Amino acid sequence: MSERVPRTGPRAVLPYAAAVVLLCALPLYLEAYWLRIGLFAMAAAIGAIGLNLLSGGTGQLSLGHAFFLAVGAYGYAWLAGEPGPGLPAPLALVLAVCLAGVAGGLFSPVSGRVRGVYLGVATLALVFLGHHVMLNAEAVTGGYNGRAVAPFTLLGFSFTSADPELSVLGVPFGAEERLWYLGLALLGLAWFTARNILRGRPGRALAAVRDSEVAAAVLGVPVARYRSAAFVVSSMYAGLSGALIALAFRRIVPDYFGLTLSIDYLAMIVLGGLGSVAGAVAGAAFVTALPLVLTRYADVLPLVDEPGAGGQGVGPTEAARYLYGAAIVLVLRYAPGGLVGLVRRTPAPGRRAAPAASAPADDGAPANAASPSVRPSHPKESSS
Amino acid sequence: MTTALDILLNGLALGSVYALVALGFVIIFKASGVMNFAQGSLLLLGGYLTAVLHEELGFLPALLLAVAATALVAGLVDRVLLRGMDPRHHHILTIMTIGVDILLLTELARRIGGDLLTLGDPWGNDVLTLAGVTVPTSRVASITVSVLVIGTVFAAFRHTDWGLSLRAASEDQEAAALMGVRLGRVRTLAWALAGALAALAALFLTAFPAPGLERTTGQIALKAFPAAILGGMASPPGALLGSLLIGVTEALAAGYQSELSALGRGLGDVAPYLVMIVVLLVRPHGLLGTKEAVRV
Repeated sequence: MSERVPRTGPRAVLPYAAAVVLLCALPLYLEAYWLRIGLFAMAAAIGAIGLNLLSGGTGQLSLGHAFFLAVGAYGYAWLAGEPGPGLPAPLALVLAVCLAGVAGGLFSPVSGRVRGVYLGVATLALVFLGHHVMLNAEAVTGGYNGRAVAPFTLLGFSFTSADPELSVLGVPFGAEERLWYLGLALLGLAWFTARNILRGRPGRALAAVRDSEVAAAVLGVPVARYRSAAFVVSSMYAGLSGALIALAFRRIVPDYFGLTLSIDYLAMIVLGGLGSVAGAVAGAAFVTALPLVLTRYADVLPLVDEPGAGGQGVGPTEAARYLYGAAIVLVLRYAPGGLVGLVRRTPAPGRRAAPAASAPADDGAPANAASPSVRPSHPKESSS
Repeated sequence: MTTALDILLNGLALGSVYALVALGFVIIFKASGVMNFAQGSLLLLGGYLTAVLHEELGFLPALLLAVAATALVAGLVDRVLLRGMDPRHHHILTIMTIGVDILLLTELARRIGGDLLTLGDPWGNDVLTLAGVTVPTSRVASITVSVLVIGTVFAAFRHTDWGLSLRAASEDQEAAALMGVRLGRVRTLAWALAGALAALAALFLTAFPAPGLERTTGQIALKAFPAAILGGMASPPGALLGSLLIGVTEALAAGYQSELSALGRGLGDVAPYLVMIVVLLVRPHGLLGTKEAVRV
């Protein structure tokens, strides 16, 4: 993975500033339905960034992300609500994130030692064990039917449709609009932190561990500690994401936090591009919004039945699953670097393409005619 | 005493079915380093084809056709999708199998709907009485056929060119390629074999006393994951051992549920994972897995 030199100066900040202004203005124009989709996407993005720190940063595969989302969600719901201690919401949120971190830390005897697919399947166990606990610890989780989530309040300002009544520029601000800004702030924080982790000393250490554990150890990187630490940080991101999802849903049930959710998160980061924070956000938006948008426009799409039509055709939920599966296969087949890889492949404006690629194109010869002889031959390529 | 023996037999039958699926995982992993998440939907495909075909063709031809078709589909997944991808990117290939799984599973679930399909196996709900213990004939058939099939696959590992190539490829892909092993062919065959094993497992999973084939039957593959991991992902005997361990554990936890009620309902479903975590804590590479030596 090539490190890019960070650009500085006003020109580099401008696109970000524009994006932030746009995102802040959206609640003035969009309906609550779209804001809810955006809210879920933002919550998912925070979780995906966390998983990306683990999988993309250190090369560890985790299928247990749904478990840590659940810890965050139920942690917040219990700490802030009844039954539970009924703590102030911001404190409950922070404690829920810490709780997810502790859960990740408790798993460190496994996450520090077990590698590759072994870790992937070991974390699979967390999802099933977590589900079992969620169903049986009814005092905390409410059992199969789940529990309600206390609304978020900050310094007397409630993130619900009332208390206090609020309208900005003639647009009444309900729960979705208010939570949108909360989500945006938390996503910004998560993005900023993750970028700094990846670009700073820990990020380089993690990349060294990913590329070769032995070489990293020789260079003085405490491998097991960094692997566990990455797991803890990723769990904390998941906890924050889970708490935000709980706030958006207002009611959480155990069945939501199943293996499918874990797989969705894995798909997000791979679709977006492993190791890239922006990619994780893009992947999260894609995976979260696709089924919801398809359901919304089911009646205008060809071949898709309306929900509840009962025909032999393909329902919107199924259509979304087909598209989702096909997107995973096709994106990875043709762009193994994910969506971010697609963007980066196009040369930046003002930079010339590599001379070797552009020279044969001048005289009209196919550009790749010369490449087989140029390309270093590799035993794997010739055999497969 | 009879209940204990009963539970043990149940566990062995369950374990033998897990072993068929887990062996598929291990074969694909050995050949390509990929964790095949599509195994569950391949299993469902095999079961569905048998269920649809058995009324017209009769049971045995339907089963054989379903096994062959599933093997073909699995082989095609490898040929069409995974071929030509950089084989070192195991992560990416693994996630691609998730995509394949979603596609296959959605289509099959749509076709099956809420139905409960029967596969038309000849055993029905017959029972055998052996030494005072009554067991369903299908369980005995499950153990017998699994032992035969797994024995054949193990023999193929040892005594055929393909088995030798597979073992060479899993040791060192590059060296194997230089020795003339056709990695692509070895891998496609491995996929096809894993597909065939999954289709066969579908039969025994849905036979009496199980109710039949549902859209969720494929989820059984999720329990074969711990079985494969537990024994050591690159070790076929390990997969066998792991499967039996998981099967017996699950049967024990389900059988003695009332005594274990303090741990919550539905313990049988999570016990395999608990066992796996404990084993991985002690042996991070599984029971029979070898620790990878790393050269710098």
